[in-house]
Amino acid sequence: MSPRPATRPGRATRPGPAFGRAAVLAVLTLGAVLSLVPFAWMLIASTHSSSELFHSPPPFLPGGELLRNLAHLQETIGFGRVMLNSLGIAAVHTALSALLSAMCGYGLAKYRFRGRGLLLGVVLATMMIPLQVLLVPLFQMMASLGWIDSYQAVILPFLANSFGILLMRQGFLDFPDELLESARIDGAGELRTFYQVVLPCVRPQLGALVIFTFMGQWNSFIWPLLMLNTQENYTVPVALNTLTGLSHVDYSGLMLGSLLATLPLMLLFLLFQRQFVAGLLGGALKG
Amino acid sequence: MTSSLPVPLREPDRASAPAPAPAAAPARRRRRSPRTAAWLFAGPTAVLFTAFFAYPLAASLYQSLTARRDGVDVFVGLDQYRRMLHDPAFLHSLANTGLILAVQVPVMIGLALVLAVLLNQSWLRFRAGWRAVFFLPAITTLVAYAVVFQVLLRTDGGLADQLLQALGAGPVDWLNSPTWARISLIGSVTWRWTGYNAVILLAGLQAIGRDQYEAAALDGAGTARTYSGVILPQLRPVVLFCVITSTIGTLQLFDENYVLTRGGPGDATLTPVVYLYKVGFQQLDFGYAAAIAWVVVLIIAAVSLLQFRLYGRERRR
Repeated sequence: MSPRPATRPGRATRPGPAFGRAAVLAVLTLGAVLSLVPFAWMLIASTHSSSELFHSPPPFLPGGELLRNLAHLQETIGFGRVMLNSLGIAAVHTALSALLSAMCGYGLAKYRFRGRGLLLGVVLATMMIPLQVLLVPLFQMMASLGWIDSYQAVILPFLANSFGILLMRQGFLDFPDELLESARIDGAGELRTFYQVVLPCVRPQLGALVIFTFMGQWNSFIWPLLMLNTQENYTVPVALNTLTGLSHVDYSGLMLGSLLATLPLMLLFLLFQRQFVAGLLGGALKG
Repeated sequence: MTSSLPVPLREPDRASAPAPAPAAAPARRRRRSPRTAAWLFAGPTAVLFTAFFAYPLAASLYQSLTARRDGVDVFVGLDQYRRMLHDPAFLHSLANTGLILAVQVPVMIGLALVLAVLLNQSWLRFRAGWRAVFFLPAITTLVAYAVVFQVLLRTDGGLADQLLQALGAGPVDWLNSPTWARISLIGSVTWRWTGYNAVILLAGLQAIGRDQYEAAALDGAGTARTYSGVILPQLRPVVLFCVITSTIGTLQLFDENYVLTRGGPGDATLTPVVYLYKVGFQQLDFGYAAAIAWVVVLIIAAVSLLQFRLYGRERRR
């Protein structure tokens, strides 16, 4: 994998001229500014009152209205509760979904059984089917189960995760069969082998999967929007969406809510950047 | 075999207990046939896929062959599919998708490639920091993203508009004129996903051994020649992967135009998936919505099959 040590020290293609480097840095800086302006604006806007946002010229520095906006957000949509809902739903969904993906990926990678080809086909097919095809029948299903406005209606239908299954399967394919055999000979059951021998070896893939699944559920919008209809059950995106529908839109409250909705993911990304990128590449490089 | 299903749900707790003695495993489990064990692992997922994927999929296929007449669903054969051929809104949504595929995807992949090559320069410092900055748009919560762009692009007093006026350019109706709404959509999709693709391409570049850069340098090739002649040809599979995922993403485009413009003004930024959402959940015309959904599925299947074949050929080279 890693290049031979001998090739490493001279990794630079000869030092480029200063002009070339300055040009590269200039382009990167421009890109970074474009990338960050909306976030900076979110930050600034959430510290001003709504009426100040659209003044000319607009505010360029943080103002002093942050706490007032926060209080207003709590008052109108119960933001604290809504954050907890989002956190709880995303955590439960992620734990279950990652476990199921790992198990299914392992089954597909290490066993030959009747129906394996069909299951693999279904896994691939789900990746091509847009969610919207399933919305109406799933909605009717949840309604007939009496699950509308419940957490399980948000969590359960999308637990089986094709991307995760394929990612984990890829990780398990590289796991040597001889080690499995020796674990079996030592008398470990299939499940014990899985949890104690195999799973620790795919920790990187599992880490990437956990982060991706959490992010997906945290950001999930359409399905919770259809399922949840009382404010105390709302997730953050659904709650913010109700704010955009009001006759008098509180833009600075919205910007603050958006900022708070984005912060946990930014934090997660900054902490686990390496796993994140590894997860992205699950498909691209190994295929 | 019948008692095997609850086992995987209990097992994690046991596994996390401190080093249980191997002898504690019941002898029965040791001899469980591999086939049974396989279903232990794959079974729960198979049940979930059956209940929440296969069944609704079949239901929507049937639904696409029905129409609601006088309060009851009646079987109408392929009528809903024929309806699409003469439905201007649907045809507009296809044309819009074609436009985005032709303009946005190449521009975005090109920009991402440039960013990736710049980020791959060996003398560049704080690479992880740059990468994080460019990736940030892709992890933004959809609603947050929508809110920010609505505020930025607002006609009276939006930041983009104020900037233009400061430069002496006229007011631009970013979201309410058909042309500008399309440009705004393409711009915001590009803003959200360019960094994401750049990060994938950068990792592809980093997977190419450093010795290749050195060999090219020894042969007297400059940076530009090294990339165009040696490095980029090897990156083709990764580029193709980005093209495939972006194409599928475009064919399923919903989030961006739903929250920014609701597909408007008129049908200017309508895509098939936004259209089927409107038909289904606003007009409650479930049969027609299901038929549109299935046409989208067929288009995606055809396009991705084509691209996967290219991809397979590429990987074998």
